[in-house]
Amino acid sequence: MFESTLKQLGNALRAKEISSVELTQLYLDNISKLNPSLNAYVTVNPDISLAQAREADARIAAGKGEALTGIPIAQKDIFCAKGWLTTCGSKMLHNFVSPYDAHIIQQFNNAGAINIGKTNMDEFAMGSSNETSHYGTVKNPWNTGNVPGGSSGGTAAAVAARLCAAATGTDTGGSIRQPAALCGISGLKPTYGVCSRFGMIAFASSLDQAGPMGRSAEDLALLLNTMAGFDERDSTSLQRDKEDYARDLSKPLDGLRIGLPKEFFAEGLSNDVAQAVEAAIGEYKKLGATVVDIGLPNSKLSVPVYYVLAPAEASSNLSRFDGVRYGYRAPEYDDLADMYEKSRAQGFGEEVKRRIMIGTYVLSHGYYDAYYLQAQKIRRLIAQDFTEAYKHCDIIMGPTSPSTAFKLGEKGDDPVQMYLSDIYTIAVNLAGLPGMSIPCGFGNNDMPVGLQIIGNYFDEARMLNVAHQYQLATDWHNRTPQVL
Amino acid sequence: MTWEIVIGLEIHTQLSTNTKIFSGASTNYGAEPNTQADSVSIALPGVLPVLNKGAVERAIKFGLATGSHIAPRSVFARKNYFYPDLPKGYQISQFDLPVVGEGALPILVEPLSGNAKPYEKTVRITRAHLEEDAGKSLHGDFHGMTGIDLNRAGTPLLEIVSEPDMCSAAEAVAYAKTMHTLVRWIGISDGNMQEGSFRCDVNVSVRRPGESLGTRREIKNLNSFKFMQQAIDYEVQWQIDTIESGGEVQQATILFDPDSGETRMMRSKEDAHDYRYFPDPDLLPLEIPPEWIEKMRATLPELPNDKQSRYINDLGLSSYDASLLTSSLEMADFFEAALAEAPSHAKICANWIIGEVSAQLNRDGMDITQCPINAQQLGGMLKRIADNTISNSGAKEVFRTMWAEGGNADEIIDAKGLKQVSDAGAIETLVDEILANNADKVEEYRGGKEKLFGFFVGQAMKASQGKANPAQLNEVLKRKLSG
Repeated sequence: MFESTLKQLGNALRAKEISSVELTQLYLDNISKLNPSLNAYVTVNPDISLAQAREADARIAAGKGEALTGIPIAQKDIFCAKGWLTTCGSKMLHNFVSPYDAHIIQQFNNAGAINIGKTNMDEFAMGSSNETSHYGTVKNPWNTGNVPGGSSGGTAAAVAARLCAAATGTDTGGSIRQPAALCGISGLKPTYGVCSRFGMIAFASSLDQAGPMGRSAEDLALLLNTMAGFDERDSTSLQRDKEDYARDLSKPLDGLRIGLPKEFFAEGLSNDVAQAVEAAIGEYKKLGATVVDIGLPNSKLSVPVYYVLAPAEASSNLSRFDGVRYGYRAPEYDDLADMYEKSRAQGFGEEVKRRIMIGTYVLSHGYYDAYYLQAQKIRRLIAQDFTEAYKHCDIIMGPTSPSTAFKLGEKGDDPVQMYLSDIYTIAVNLAGLPGMSIPCGFGNNDMPVGLQIIGNYFDEARMLNVAHQYQLATDWHNRTPQVL
Repeated sequence: MTWEIVIGLEIHTQLSTNTKIFSGASTNYGAEPNTQADSVSIALPGVLPVLNKGAVERAIKFGLATGSHIAPRSVFARKNYFYPDLPKGYQISQFDLPVVGEGALPILVEPLSGNAKPYEKTVRITRAHLEEDAGKSLHGDFHGMTGIDLNRAGTPLLEIVSEPDMCSAAEAVAYAKTMHTLVRWIGISDGNMQEGSFRCDVNVSVRRPGESLGTRREIKNLNSFKFMQQAIDYEVQWQIDTIESGGEVQQATILFDPDSGETRMMRSKEDAHDYRYFPDPDLLPLEIPPEWIEKMRATLPELPNDKQSRYINDLGLSSYDASLLTSSLEMADFFEAALAEAPSHAKICANWIIGEVSAQLNRDGMDITQCPINAQQLGGMLKRIADNTISNSGAKEVFRTMWAEGGNADEIIDAKGLKQVSDAGAIETLVDEILANNADKVEEYRGGKEKLFGFFVGQAMKASQGKANPAQLNEVLKRKLSG
């Protein structure tokens, strides 16, 4: 069961080979067994999940089952789910039971999917290792002494360890792709605006996007079909004709022009990752693709630009966490200012506080022009690099992460070192482009390596096709981690 | 030692949409606390703003009514600060690129004291922008704690900023009153000052003639014209006294205390916030194409100034009368509907509305929309005055009856026998009789005692039971008395 694709699970459910209740219970048992050592989940509600499963079974019996009906999907704890504790990995929301469903959650509910639990994450999505969560570090299922990546580390670990059939994550600077790479699974961040952000707790509004995480491109396509679509409650949500993201999976890749940015293969990339990625490119050539060297000259500014813009937006987005209306309020305080200071000092972790301060600084009087405004201008240049590149190629590839999963605590003392984990992924968010990561081998420490696939705007169907063809020819995505 | 006063106004007017500017929660006034605060209003995690089209349309109408530039593209910005009645920790407003740009408001200034005549002035508008209102903080009722009511949070506001073109309390009040009339006139706000729908912040500074601008202080949240005048008067004197005694005026935000009649400090420049404005990434830039502007232009009624010009030029009314009749659209509509019954008698119609009707409304604490007689009833009465069916005193009787009991003029005239006698022959006969019966008084009158004229009028009125047409009676009496 745990090795089935979503399509196979759907078929099995509709053929009554297994019920949703049985399937859900299987995953719940797995979670009981493995979550204590992985800490992938913050909240599991077996009663709610099984009740959903019973409903799904009835729906399937009535012949009204859809692709995801009855299938247990894990939800990153950044999505507000009605009746569920929604913590965003923070002490700030330790007691926040959401009174409403995010659009993404509604989409899954409407499809009849089962919410199998809320996955752990870096606090307020700020991190690249899932070490900043108030609910404890998540361990990498391939080696529990290593990080799973972040911020969707809980999701990536849950998928890799077969604690769910598939899951959702969010990606602001690489938070779907990088943990997918470090945990040997597949993850996709769609074009900005394709998935609604309503109910998705905001980190950096102009960069955040929800996306599917699972064990294959084929699975991601089914998930994206359910997640994507216009929502009038999100003013940045795009109104477009409905797409079937699985429509092009079987297309052959003859004539595909793959752009390789020289900046992504330069200093800072570990050799073992470079080798695995180059081998993957070799595989693509066998499948009929050709390679084009391209340049993304301004991409070297991605990390500084991101670490001006994202904290700026976050500093404002996190102002609502003030202890007044919900969430953590300090137990003792003298007056209003004291209440604010203590609640936020005690409720937020170090990294969140660091980024709020950076963000406040770059927006402040006298610094706005030099930092925030300047960063926005460079952002435009970074996006233009991609537009230029796509005149010469159909798709861009490279490594997702400069190294495989590092040890827990290894980058704890140096935030900037941690920030550099996102060096290849950040430019994609700045430009609003879609990006994916799929497993393509293993590194020196027997940890997975991820291949990044970057598409032009709205080219998700082609990206999934490109990934799927590789997954037909290779089996990296079918490997199972040590913990199992 | 003469001093010049420099005043600019910032007016926050609540727009009359049914729902909030960025969510579907209701904007009704007076609901139980926190019953009109949806997930967006209370800033739950994950919620997002969606712009209310009706708020934009009202901003466009304002721009059109003040001849202002309407930006084809404007941007919403976050104004960041912490306060419990500001749930998100930022207010969505507009900063660099407001929806409405430069415009102007012509006003008629009535000096507040002395005998100077009203005069016209144009006050320039710098800009007007859309933003959301904060909630309410109730400090008094909770035993040392503050109650936060978020019903008001998210109500749409239009912030209207003037150039510092006003140089007296009278001008500031005239501008505020004119703006107040205008926003109600074009239907963008109910302008209810008691409910906080129309709030004025006044920036005041003083300088000696020829000098550059002095340091200004801002008097916040004035919600009555009377308080505005008192606050400005006090503040001006305070600033003058401060400077004349060797002190310096520091920039500050101040409040007016109506009980003491004084202004006092709310926060000083040092406490001034850095709001860290930046464009709100949750909202798209607001684009207003010319077609939308034209569509809104077609919905505007004739504006107060245009109506006033028409009343003055076409109907021959004084500018004072014209301005009173255009104090609201409802008043002007009433006037025009009444006039339709007796066209070419604009002056009589104006006098009755400005006089008797307004006086009665004041006595009964009503406004024109609650008037117990409608324009057609008044118009019917005016028709009978114009065609001499009734005298002025007869009209007063008709009016009193209509107000208290209803009915139309003709019915009341019949019922109470108020038709005046205008028959020339009858009046001649009447006068002859009076003169004949009072020959001695006639002698005295002709001898120079002109005061006796009133005696003869009284006699004639008594004899005719008040029905003699006064104008005609006067003319006949004069003629016959002069021999």
